[in-house]
Amino acid sequence: MLGNHAVAEGAIAAGCRFFAGYPITPASEIAERISERMPEVGGRFIQMEDELGSIYAIIGASLAGTKTMTATASAGYNYMQEGIGYAVATETPIVIVDVMRLRGAEQATQSDIMQARWSASGDHEMIVLAPSSVQELFDCTIEAFNLAEKYRNPVIVLSEMTLSLMREKIKIPDPSKIHIVNRKRPTVPPDEFVPFDGGEDGVPPMSSFGDGYRVLYTLNPHDKRGMITGDLDVYDELYRRITGKIQRAVDDIVRYEKFYMDDADFAVIAYGSESRSALEAVRRARDEGLKVGLLKLITVWPFHDELVRGIAEQVKKIVVPEMNMGKYVGEVKRASDCLAEVVSLPLNKGRIHTSAEILSGIKGEAR
Amino acid sequence: MAHPNLKYLRKGSLPHMFCPGCGAGQILNYFIYAIDDLKLDLDKLVMIGGVGCMSRAPAYLNTSAIHGIHGRNLPFATGIKLANPELTVAILMGDGGTAAIGGNHLIQAARRNLDVTVIVDNNGSYAMTGGQVSPMTPSGATTSTTTRGNLESPFDLCKLVEAAGGTYISRWTTAHPVQLINSIKKGVKHRGFSFIEVVGQCPTQYGRYVLGLRDPVSNLRWLKDNSITMRQADRMNPDDLVGNILVGDFVEKEFPTLEDRYLEMEKRIREAR
Repeated sequence: MLGNHAVAEGAIAAGCRFFAGYPITPASEIAERISERMPEVGGRFIQMEDELGSIYAIIGASLAGTKTMTATASAGYNYMQEGIGYAVATETPIVIVDVMRLRGAEQATQSDIMQARWSASGDHEMIVLAPSSVQELFDCTIEAFNLAEKYRNPVIVLSEMTLSLMREKIKIPDPSKIHIVNRKRPTVPPDEFVPFDGGEDGVPPMSSFGDGYRVLYTLNPHDKRGMITGDLDVYDELYRRITGKIQRAVDDIVRYEKFYMDDADFAVIAYGSESRSALEAVRRARDEGLKVGLLKLITVWPFHDELVRGIAEQVKKIVVPEMNMGKYVGEVKRASDCLAEVVSLPLNKGRIHTSAEILSGIKGEAR
Repeated sequence: MAHPNLKYLRKGSLPHMFCPGCGAGQILNYFIYAIDDLKLDLDKLVMIGGVGCMSRAPAYLNTSAIHGIHGRNLPFATGIKLANPELTVAILMGDGGTAAIGGNHLIQAARRNLDVTVIVDNNGSYAMTGGQVSPMTPSGATTSTTTRGNLESPFDLCKLVEAAGGTYISRWTTAHPVQLINSIKKGVKHRGFSFIEVVGQCPTQYGRYVLGLRDPVSNLRWLKDNSITMRQADRMNPDDLVGNILVGDFVEKEFPTLEDRYLEMEKRIREAR
């Protein structure tokens, strides 16, 4: 199946019933597939006038009680930042697929790894999944909906040009075997409902437009009742909760895989398509008798500090191959806290590193 | 005794932030009268506002509401109406959000004949940010960003929406309460894209700096004196119309909405199985 089609099928399997998008290479096949499929499953599709239109349409539909998604590529993702900030502030579950492509060129890249985390203005945490295969595109899209619903936060599926246009065999499980999470609903009548009271986990239950709860959603600082306030103590408390609900749940949110890490003296930390050649490089290193392991991050944000620090405590050297000028490596260095040497392997030529290039990086032969 | 219309206001939302004599408060009041007459189910009503003076009004109403993003009201509405066509969506916004930053969304939503009601408070400027020029400011007017006079010409928003495909279109001023309440009722009841432009006074910015009228009453009198009905306009020389506010119901027609067409397609798919 085509990577972009796997995203569309994953969304439908997760219960997505509203999609708004704007055409852009290399993400358009997601919208094309979903436009065909949505009316068959009782969902709705609309091609909006631009990416701003798309992001606000999916927020509106989500507030009306639907699971919603949009898909775009780097240049289009730029336009969506204001809406992402709005979804953070109003705690609206939405899923955004961003197929990374090189600035001004339709080429593969991982240049937007930091943008996916930091580009919206204002205080926020982001949940970002970085699949490395067509199967993971399907699985991560389902996971993205579950996390969005559970934490009431935007979730990004950070795809890549190669993955989106690649065809691989995938297994689509029986619908009864797919784990689905739905947003918490209010358990008290409307006059007792406090719409932005986070409770124990910091995630308030969510009503839908039309169900009688009459919630006001605003970008402005708002108190637990949703009332707009100029009180900055309230703002501070609100954003401690909105960011804290994600920060405290890192163990629940972050998915990763470890390969050959048990006895490793060297580690490669990779995400997305780079983790494919990284695994091959690690296997080649093992063949040569080098004790190298791989940490493959499927969830790239929130960043799991403890996980990376644990690896830095264990190994002498960490190598981070990326299809950009060396971005995520900064986070690895920060979390490693000088406990291990951290080496960046940057490359932005529209292709992943070869395993040989990563292997020579592990050996310290070349930059 | 509490005012009978207080039940339409969100508890604890007062005092409002409008300046004394602001037209936005009047429009909110007229809107409440209209929905009271219509006996709308408030549970099914979703109000949308953006950023600005008029755009704050939805936050005061005791309904579901979206507030806080400038000019993106119609995309929000598009998502809401497609997700749940049974909801009634009404949008209160200003001329900046409608004609400038949200201009493309306006014409696209009109083209789709989305079943929503848009009420625009046209006060001829960006009032909340200090009275800057807007796409609705007349040529030559001095504002805080056109201190030597506005070099541009304003839109005729009603004609723009008509050309784009709006199916109920009217214009009144805040000095026409009865006509405006009737228009809001018609607009909300109308199945399709309803667009109501309300030329409203802003004694703080436009009135004070463009018209030289600081007090609300003389601003309202100015609106009344400069409004002409379509019947009056028919008898006038077209050149004499310039500078006047043409008021009335301009368009009222039936046409399938986007939601109706979508539901119809779904029905076709079901029947083909």
